[in-house]
Amino acid sequence: MAPEEIRTAILEILEDIAPDEDLTALKDDVSFRDQMELDSMDFLDIVMELRKRYKVQIPEEEYGELASMDSTVNYLTPKMADISA
Amino acid sequence: MPKDYLKNANDRYDVVVIGSGLGGLTTANVLAREGRSVLLLEQHYKLGGMATWFKRPGGKIFDISLHGFPYGMVKSCRRYWSKEIADSIIQLEHIRFDNPMFSLTTTFNRVDFTKLLTSEFQIPESTVNEFFDTARGMNFYDDQSLNTGQLFEKFFPGRQDVVRLLMEPITYANGSTLEDPAITYGIVFSNFMSKGVFTFKGGTDQLIKSMENEMKSNGVDICIRANVEKINCQGGRIRSVTVNGREIQADVVVSNANLRATIFHMIGEEYFDSSFVDQAKDVRLNNSSTQVYMSMKPGETVDPSTGDLLFSSTANEFKTELLLSRDITSRTFSFYYPDLRPNRENRQLIVSSTNANYEDWSGLSEDEYLASKQDLIETTFDALEKYVPNCRERTDHAEVATPLTFEHYTKHIDGSSFGTKFEGLAVSRALPQQISGLYHAGSCGIIMSGWLGTINYGVIVANDVDNYLISRSTDKPTSTTV
Repeated sequence: MAPEEIRTAILEILEDIAPDEDLTALKDDVSFRDQMELDSMDFLDIVMELRKRYKVQIPEEEYGELASMDSTVNYLTPKMADISA
Repeated sequence: MPKDYLKNANDRYDVVVIGSGLGGLTTANVLAREGRSVLLLEQHYKLGGMATWFKRPGGKIFDISLHGFPYGMVKSCRRYWSKEIADSIIQLEHIRFDNPMFSLTTTFNRVDFTKLLTSEFQIPESTVNEFFDTARGMNFYDDQSLNTGQLFEKFFPGRQDVVRLLMEPITYANGSTLEDPAITYGIVFSNFMSKGVFTFKGGTDQLIKSMENEMKSNGVDICIRANVEKINCQGGRIRSVTVNGREIQADVVVSNANLRATIFHMIGEEYFDSSFVDQAKDVRLNNSSTQVYMSMKPGETVDPSTGDLLFSSTANEFKTELLLSRDITSRTFSFYYPDLRPNRENRQLIVSSTNANYEDWSGLSEDEYLASKQDLIETTFDALEKYVPNCRERTDHAEVATPLTFEHYTKHIDGSSFGTKFEGLAVSRALPQQISGLYHAGSCGIIMSGWLGTINYGVIVANDVDNYLISRSTDKPTSTTV
């Protein structure tokens, strides 16, 4: 998947996890936590959904890479390069 | 021939879950939704663990631990269970305190607490905000040497009344005390007090029934009266469980039983490193409880302004020893109004809960035990009289659960009602490093206790298990060529 496709995939997961949030104004360089009401269980859900949908495994010590949209896409790009969108 | 409670069970599963408390139920459901084959084993004749209820003649259904849980349950139920379950969660609007220091009713959220602390308690708003922000900002990796009592002393020096307001409900909810690490308070408090207190419309029985249906539709095999005698391991890995005398193979075992019972009774300390065994032996169990269940006569009701939860105390100060003492001065009354179960004719029920020490009840002769139970009923009526006039005459049924009762039904060591103290969480998390495929998901470490804590812990563990099963399958040789 290309970075833009990964971004779309993350947005789809966020829409499911936080249905009440307006994601159209999401700033990619600002942390999710500063823009949305996400708790640690929400981040765990992102991890679980990535594994379920795209078979991507993220070790617990690397959960911090999912802080913002930019950092998430950067982190996932090599991991998801071989996955077709 | 005795009935075979395991007749629906296969000989092999990806995951066997031992115990059907909310943590075990949630682990089982999440893993089944991920496509894992899951067997759920419960030693009691019904599911739910401490999330339970019992029936008495005349249509009475008593809930044990239903009132009340934090708003986070809505999200967790919607996500890990179903929309139907989440949609039945309703707010308890009258949370009341009555003690020699103050008497008030609150909706139990940050806005209302701020209002009360600044107006009734004359605390500067900046201090209140700073306290709430500090509690909210706490996380698991913070300094653990500060305890909850010291945290309060820092913000509200000498203010026993403020401590009581902010601490009493948490003690009721998860058994924690002023001596526990401050981070446990911070984490639980910011979950618990930001948006009020909630309950489940339809009662615990309907919640557990809905969960059972959901699990079945996701393919979980469920066996009740299935007592796990042994978790078997081989070469540092999980091999099987022995249940009702039968061996069932499994790649993973998730124990929702008491943490210490899992390590020392079901497995045996010879399978663990000696330093881990020492660490596990040092895990303190949380306290147990007593409860008095009262049913009012048909047609008798209590005015809703009496409260949904009433934290009552006659003690002049707020101290851990006083809260646990047999000489009870503090009681939490849960008022279960008839409309909680809208589809049936129901009674007005009142449950009085008090934290208690197992040792205070275990050493009694049978006569002393029965007399103590009767005494507890009488003193509870005496205390309730202030809030429900003529309560004795208006009630037609009262009975008691003691730490021995909780031990009997849950098999928890010492009847522990809230799992373990803080150090139990590290031991629970470290199990898979000791034995591959062994996990624990149940009340522990205070922050993983209570209905929401244990559900969320069940999800965290399900995530670990799914990861393990994936890496295990990729470790295996992919072809049969040697």
